[in-house]
Amino acid sequence: MRTYFIELSYLLASILFILGLKGLSHPETAKRGMHLAEFGMLMAIIGTLMHLEIVTFTWIITGLVLGSLIGLAMGLWVPMTAMPQRTALSHAFGAFAAALVGISEFYRYGGHLETITMSALGFEVMLGALTTTGSLLAFAKLQGLVRGTPLTYRGQNVFNMALLATTIGIFVYLIFVPGSMTLFFVMVGLAFVFGLLLVMPIGAADMPVVMSLLNSYAGLASAATGFVLKNNVLIIAGTLDGFSGFILSILMCRAMNRSMTNVLFGAFGSAAKSDEPGSQQGTMREVSLEDIAVQMAYANKVVFVPGYGMATAQAQHAVRELADTLEKRGVTVKYGIHPVAGRMPGHMNVLLAEANVPYSSLYELEQINPEFPSTDVAVVIGANDVVNPDARDNPNSPIAGMPILEVDRAKSVVVLKRGQGKGFSGLENPLFFKEVTGMLYGDAKDTLTKLVGAVQHV
Amino acid sequence: MTSHTLIAALYVFALAAFLGYQVISRVPPLLHTPLMSATNAISGISLVGSIVTAGAHYNTVSTILGFTAVFCSTTNVVGGFVITDRMLRMFKRKPTAQSKTGETGEKGKGERANG
Repeated sequence: MRTYFIELSYLLASILFILGLKGLSHPETAKRGMHLAEFGMLMAIIGTLMHLEIVTFTWIITGLVLGSLIGLAMGLWVPMTAMPQRTALSHAFGAFAAALVGISEFYRYGGHLETITMSALGFEVMLGALTTTGSLLAFAKLQGLVRGTPLTYRGQNVFNMALLATTIGIFVYLIFVPGSMTLFFVMVGLAFVFGLLLVMPIGAADMPVVMSLLNSYAGLASAATGFVLKNNVLIIAGTLDGFSGFILSILMCRAMNRSMTNVLFGAFGSAAKSDEPGSQQGTMREVSLEDIAVQMAYANKVVFVPGYGMATAQAQHAVRELADTLEKRGVTVKYGIHPVAGRMPGHMNVLLAEANVPYSSLYELEQINPEFPSTDVAVVIGANDVVNPDARDNPNSPIAGMPILEVDRAKSVVVLKRGQGKGFSGLENPLFFKEVTGMLYGDAKDTLTKLVGAVQHV
Repeated sequence: MTSHTLIAALYVFALAAFLGYQVISRVPPLLHTPLMSATNAISGISLVGSIVTAGAHYNTVSTILGFTAVFCSTTNVVGGFVITDRMLRMFKRKPTAQSKTGETGEKGKGERANG
């Protein structure tokens, strides 16, 4: 009877998780979907607490309470701009939990597991371990604790591959010759190290792909746990997470026109810097704030194109203010969002939503590109590579073929930029030298706030 | 694990993968960040395994590992769901979209394409 109740709660949880994710297909149904998923999780936990094997609740309750407190604090107070870091950190937590459960199972049976269980357990522990350290490093890079530039050395890929091969070698050995505790822990240790090595050569601009991949690994680690514990809800939830991350990473790669291998092993953003510096294609034209304010105030349509610079400058509220001022004057305001703008999938959308920008004003790449020729002013805020016309025009460019927001087709372009330096990838951006382009240097938030005042006085 | 349970588990895995692909490819880019934090919270389901490990008292090491795992995955579940809720509450429709003539048709189109 008890077993039926537990299994029933798991079945219900699985169904509710799927319905919850289905709700995410539209902003209007998303909230309800999440409530279903939350309820599902609660059911699964209650079901598990009925488990006959449980003899003491002390540690369970302590863990649940402590975890809830920290989780609640993180959930309530983390600012939206820090969303990528928080997500990276929670990937680490999730993967670590999966790894620990695996280690505990191995330890409990003294390493003497059947072939099939050991195979699943190996996957669980390896994926869990490498995701933990990989996510922690991603977190450190995103938080600025570690420099975001790719860290490379000679023979890096060969060394990484050798390490991975050794780890897998030990794994295969353990499947057929079970029982060696030492080898198992060596394997776990190597997997932890491999996670660091995997993320080390990846630059901050490629973070959307890495975040998605780590998301996928964390999910697959959970699914593997399901195989070890013969628990279907773990398999289902883990697989959903794994596939979601996998789909996202493919979408992100496509949005940069790069292959997964190139992102993972290409160390993009370090090689490009070796370009000779003398390749200037003209001069950048600096424009005055007042001129831009007049242009915007009398425009029919203004399109804002945000990038990671908007997040670092915390400028999303100022953007919204400017948009409001313009809309009051009858100007149509839209936002063009590139899939890889920012540091994680959908990063810009969340920031703008936080600043109360209605989601119906946010346009995807394919939707907004045909509109640029009829746009009077395109405002680029802290974005660089995603508006680089070289991707379209210059087949020799390292980012050739990457879909871009074609702001250079607009009647006039304003670029808000911190300084005259190059963007993250170190590439020259011909957009800045075009005749239609005017540059406004300075802190984006500051500039935008001044623009609001200037537009009001036009 | 017998070959029967393995095969059953593989069925579950394959079907969940297929279903996941279907459901998740319909999530618009607009909601990719909430999607990631939601799936992250859901994969905190490894909590289920951690709870048994922490409470069953197989041995001291397992209990410690289980306790840590319960802590980590609870953080994940609670934090993930709270923040997803918080994000989703921010996504609002345009309040006065109907007030501007000529705009409504275009806006509607954009929304449908988004959804």
